[in-house]
Amino acid sequence: MWKFFHQLASPPHFYRLAAVFSPWLAAPGIALIAYGAYAGLFLAPMDYQQKDAFRIIYVHVPAAYLSLMAYMILAVSGGIGLIWRIKLAHAVAAAAAPLGAAFTFLALMTGSIWGRPMWGTWWEWGDPRMTSELILLFLYFGYMALRSAIDDTAKADKASAVLALVGVVNVVIVHFSVEWWSSLHQGQTVFKKGTMDADMRIPLFAMLIGFTLLFGSLLLRRVRTEVLFRERRTRWVREMIVSPEGN
Amino acid sequence: MNETTAFQPGILSGLWATARRDLLLAWKRPGDVLNPLFFFAMVCTLFPLAVGPSAEQLEFSGPGVLWVAALLATLLSLNSLFLGDFEDGSLDQLLVSPQPLPVLALGKTLAHWLTSGLPLVFVSPLLAITYRMPWSVVPVMMLTLTLGTISLSLLGSIGAALTVGLHRGTALLSLLILPLAMPVLLLGANTVSLAAGNDIYSTGVWALGAYAVASLSLAPYATAAALRISNE
Amino acid sequence: MDAFAMNGYGAYVWSCYGLALVVVLFVDWRARLRQKRVYRDIEVRIKALEDH
Repeated sequence: MWKFFHQLASPPHFYRLAAVFSPWLAAPGIALIAYGAYAGLFLAPMDYQQKDAFRIIYVHVPAAYLSLMAYMILAVSGGIGLIWRIKLAHAVAAAAAPLGAAFTFLALMTGSIWGRPMWGTWWEWGDPRMTSELILLFLYFGYMALRSAIDDTAKADKASAVLALVGVVNVVIVHFSVEWWSSLHQGQTVFKKGTMDADMRIPLFAMLIGFTLLFGSLLLRRVRTEVLFRERRTRWVREMIVSPEGN
Repeated sequence: MNETTAFQPGILSGLWATARRDLLLAWKRPGDVLNPLFFFAMVCTLFPLAVGPSAEQLEFSGPGVLWVAALLATLLSLNSLFLGDFEDGSLDQLLVSPQPLPVLALGKTLAHWLTSGLPLVFVSPLLAITYRMPWSVVPVMMLTLTLGTISLSLLGSIGAALTVGLHRGTALLSLLILPLAMPVLLLGANTVSLAAGNDIYSTGVWALGAYAVASLSLAPYATAAALRISNE
Repeated sequence: MDAFAMNGYGAYVWSCYGLALVVVLFVDWRARLRQKRVYRDIEVRIKALEDH
């Protein structure tokens, strides 16, 4: 069993395995999203307060969840790469960043659009989650900017890993401090996450899991590309590309 | 020669040594210390000019403006934390020194705070007056600034270590530090506002203190790691 | 048509779902594009080496 993990850390093995795994993530992911979207849009009953606008939750919550999960992946794999010097881990971190930033952007946009009919404004500084999410976007940008500013790949990997680890602690702190700040300036502007009907909850789970699976397949593709790029001068890459498309 | 009476450096001797060196350097170039202070004062001047001098507005925005200005001034001064040493090779000396690197990093950060954060604290009452801050609030403001600038210097040293010698490092440094600095800004400015509104503000002070202590214990290690990575 | 109007919230709801679709497609497109480019670059380089 350990042999499997050892092999996984080896770039050529990972490259092949990831290609095999990817469709097994993407297909069920898309299926779950399709079901979740359909159920969320048409089957779930209307919310008492928000009427149909609440259906945005089925897109907003998965996006926000992924934005955080991607950052955790970034930080953890960066840490693994830093501590155990596994190159593949750094590749995962590099691949996860743009994905995470994209979903953070989506979370912010959908949150803003959701806020318009709910609070009457496109942006509510007083909402702790909205503000924290914006800071998360800055964290992603900082990470990607640092990576691109350092030419040497190994150095960039390590520096950005340090940054990501510091950032993880910061994410938690930012969340709590913004919550405190928000409580000073207004009451609870956040949606009350009361108990939801099963009818409402099931599409949400479907969307969450579906999006996560899809994220996984997107990430695998990016990691494969990253591995290919980093190992472009090695023999295994050369042989693979020259051979009748062992892609 | 009696070896056993030779000077045995303690674990913190590196700290005082680097701090003293940086303080001496700052003494020789007062501009490095004064420039951020002037920047601080200028930013505080810009706001009323842009937004209007109404007394209510000033009093209301005073804590926030002062804090943002302090943050920006600190950012400005952080850029040169390791730059001088990087350029003349002293940084390499620090890296191979037998003293633990976190201690040395802490020494430089201490000197940085003494030459940027602390002067800010002393200058702030003058600017607070222009924002019609009540005298009773000024000590709270100075306290929050003290604790806050300590955290900012420490966290900023991590960013400075990560970006030392990078092309266009300044802008990148600001981008990296801003998310770290946001809780400090939040806590600091709002604590002063609470004090100004005669509300209970001790929570904020405790939080700032905790943040400073946490930064003090953790940042030097991150800074040291970042220094090694940037300079290998 | 009620499904599309969503009791007046139609524009908001559909723009969110549409945006989600756009973001996912965009990210997927960029990932594939990068993969193709990296692959091509390596192929070119291997050819260049062989030609010498």
